[in-house]
Amino acid sequence: MSQPNMIELQSVSKWYGPAFQVLKDCSLTVTKGEVVVVCGPSGSGKSTLIKCVNALETIGEGKVLVTGIGVHDPKTDLPKLRSKVGMVFQHFELFPHLTILENLCIGQEKVLGRNREEALTKANALLERVGLTAHARKYPGQLSGGQQQRVAIARALAMDPVAMLFDEPTSALDPEMINEVLDVMVALAQEGMTMIVVTHEMGFARKVADRIVFMDAGEIVEIGDGESFFDNPKTERAKSFLSKILAH
Amino acid sequence: MKGWNWDGFFEYLTNYYLFEGAMVTLGLTIFAMAAGLILGFVIAVMRMSKYRFLSGPAYFYIWIFRGTPLLVQLIIIYTGLPQLGIKFTVLQSTLIGLTLCEAAYLSEIVRAGIAAVPRGQINAALAIGMRPSQVMRYIVAPQAFKIIIPPLGNSVNGVLKTTSIASIISMEELLRRTQVLIQEKFLVLELFVVAALYYLAMTTAWELIQRRIEKRFGKAYGPMSADAH
Repeated sequence: MSQPNMIELQSVSKWYGPAFQVLKDCSLTVTKGEVVVVCGPSGSGKSTLIKCVNALETIGEGKVLVTGIGVHDPKTDLPKLRSKVGMVFQHFELFPHLTILENLCIGQEKVLGRNREEALTKANALLERVGLTAHARKYPGQLSGGQQQRVAIARALAMDPVAMLFDEPTSALDPEMINEVLDVMVALAQEGMTMIVVTHEMGFARKVADRIVFMDAGEIVEIGDGESFFDNPKTERAKSFLSKILAH
Repeated sequence: MKGWNWDGFFEYLTNYYLFEGAMVTLGLTIFAMAAGLILGFVIAVMRMSKYRFLSGPAYFYIWIFRGTPLLVQLIIIYTGLPQLGIKFTVLQSTLIGLTLCEAAYLSEIVRAGIAAVPRGQINAALAIGMRPSQVMRYIVAPQAFKIIIPPLGNSVNGVLKTTSIASIISMEELLRRTQVLIQEKFLVLELFVVAALYYLAMTTAWELIQRRIEKRFGKAYGPMSADAH
């Protein structure tokens, strides 16, 4: 690959307490513009792994680099590094006491130091992009789940991130709202955004994933490109997982 | 039997000296709540710290001031401390005592409010690059404040009445002035009923204000609850 490395996980391990190991020697390199989907049974450590990338989780051993900078290095300006990595959560986590527009502006103003006008221009452009201009003055509680998640994506994009992390972005949504969120994500992927997506949406994975990471019991069991992973999984564990989720 | 003296009752009801006393009570309450809330917030944040040298003193403070009566605290501050060469006026002693005591209770309310803000909100704020102090200021504190409005309202009601304890160190608030006036005509029942009415008027007025505050802050989240998920 000629593209530079955007996110590198080098032999990352993590323990809860002395006995329980949630991550076992996980290594993964994501290059600029790449879309990586992480899947696996629940409790396999997917969410924990993705949260290590912006240090919402600490790690026990190993190294995480974002644009070459050590995330867990005490000398790193962590807030600054985090501001470059957008994150979208399963439960949206919009700030309920702020309007949609304020949700999109607060990080720009308080973290990036943009003035009100710049922040509003950016926020309005992003709201238009996710098709929610009409809701700018509402509060998150007045929006549907799908709309809230699109706002959450816009909020992350407002920071002009170099990469985006999605932690099961559609798992908390009613089925009829999943596609409106996936559409935004597909467009983002096609524009060349570097993305790590934890999801069970295998249709999405097939469509846009450059690589698929399969995790089980804290380990990265298999990494393959979209086609070969689905049609020809190498490991028994991946086969069994796929047969369960693709049965219908 | 002396019976009820209506003239005396109305005289004291419109007595300016007593009215002033009620205003002092109001002033003490506002001061104790404001200063107590600021100090209480600091103590709450200290208590929630993972560092022992912060949480330890905070816990100790709460233990002392919630574990002893305000009456005893006031007497120690006003009557006891001069023994060590530390002298405060009646007003100073009252303000210090009320604030210190109230801060201990308020810190527990604040702590509960902060703890009630979901972890996901903190993660989301951290993820966009906010520093911990910004997360507290822009994300956690506003949400915590909304959560603690009802218990804070109760505290105001409580403090309004608790200020009467300061009469013991001759702070000239409503109760003290009521007691002073007894010497005039010995209309004990009439005077204390007037005092009770003053307290009732103030707590009732506060209740109405609190209702409006709750309504206003309730609106900010929109008709649907945001923490439905």
